Amino acid sequence: MKVRIHISLKPGVLDPQGRAVHHALEGLGFSGVDDVRVGRTVELDVADSTNDEALGEMCEKLLANTVIENYRIEKVA
Amino acid sequence: MKTAVVTFPGSNCDRDMQVALRDVTGRDPHKVWHGDADLPDGLDFIALPGGFSYGDYLRSGAMAANSPIMRSVIAAAERGVPVLGVCNGFQVLTEARLLPGALMRNAGQNFICRTVSLKVENTQSLFTGGYASDEEIHVPVAHHDGNFFADEDTLDRLEGDGRVAFRYTEKVNGSRRDIAGILNPAGNVLGMMPHPERAIESDHGGSDGRRLFESALGVLAPA
Repeated sequence: MKVRIHISLKPGVLDPQGRAVHHALEGLGFSGVDDVRVGRTVELDVADSTNDEALGEMCEKLLANTVIENYRIEKVA
Repeated sequence: MKTAVVTFPGSNCDRDMQVALRDVTGRDPHKVWHGDADLPDGLDFIALPGGFSYGDYLRSGAMAANSPIMRSVIAAAERGVPVLGVCNGFQVLTEARLLPGALMRNAGQNFICRTVSLKVENTQSLFTGGYASDEEIHVPVAHHDGNFFADEDTLDRLEGDGRVAFRYTEKVNGSRRDIAGILNPAGNVLGMMPHPERAIESDHGGSDGRRLFESALGVLAPA
C-alpha cells in the first residue's frame, strides 16, 4: 500500500523558507501570490495490513514535529 | 568527575566539547557513539555536541533524537544526571522531548556565525550558578536552525518557572522572546544554541563559557 504523508507548518508558525520562495516568485514576475508555505511529502510503501493507528504513530514519533507541524495521511493505492 | 560526549554521524563540535571538558575537569571525557546502547556507568555529566547529525535529514536533530544511545540519555536525564545540549545538541533535546519547543530555520534564512551577547536570566541553576545576576556574557553562535519556537502558553510557563537560562540581548535569529537557552523543569537539562565550549580560554577570544562547565561540574573556583 502506498501512503503519502503531507507535512505542513502550523498556521501562525513563521516560514522563512516560504517567504524566500514567495520573494523569488515575485522576482520572476508572478504577481498575485499572497502567501507561500513550504511543506514536505513523505511517501511510504507499507504492508497492506498497516493500520491507521500505526501510521499516526509514525507521524507523531518521527515524521512530523507536532510542536510546529501538522500532518495529513493520504492512502494512494 | 566522569563525563561523556555523544558523537552522532555528522557531529562536528564533539572534539571541541571533549577538549572543554578535559580542560575543566582534568580528565578525558568518555566518547560515546550514537549506535551504542548504553552509556558508561556513574556519569556526572553528558554533553550532546553541535554539528549536523544525520545531515539534518527530516528536521535538525530528528534522526539523532531516535538513535539507540538517546534511550540511555533520556533515562539518565530522568534520573537527574546533568545533560547539556549545544546547538545541534539543543535541537536533539527538543526532538527527544526532553525540552519543549522547536528550533526552526533562522528568520533571516542565513547561517549565522559570530559572537553574540547573552543575558544570564537564571543564575540559580546547576549550569548557571557561576554567573552573576543579569550578567552579560559573550559566546559564539554558528547555526542555520536556531530560531526558537514555542506557543505562547509554553513561553509563559518557561518564563514563569525561571527556565529561560540565556536570552540574546540583540536580534539574532528570530527566536521567540529572544530565547537562547532553556532548562527542563528539574533544571538538570540545558539546551542552548550558543557554544560555551568555544569560549573556554582567552585564546578563543573570550572565556565566558567556562563558568558554565565549572558550575555544572562543581569545580567552580571560590569567588
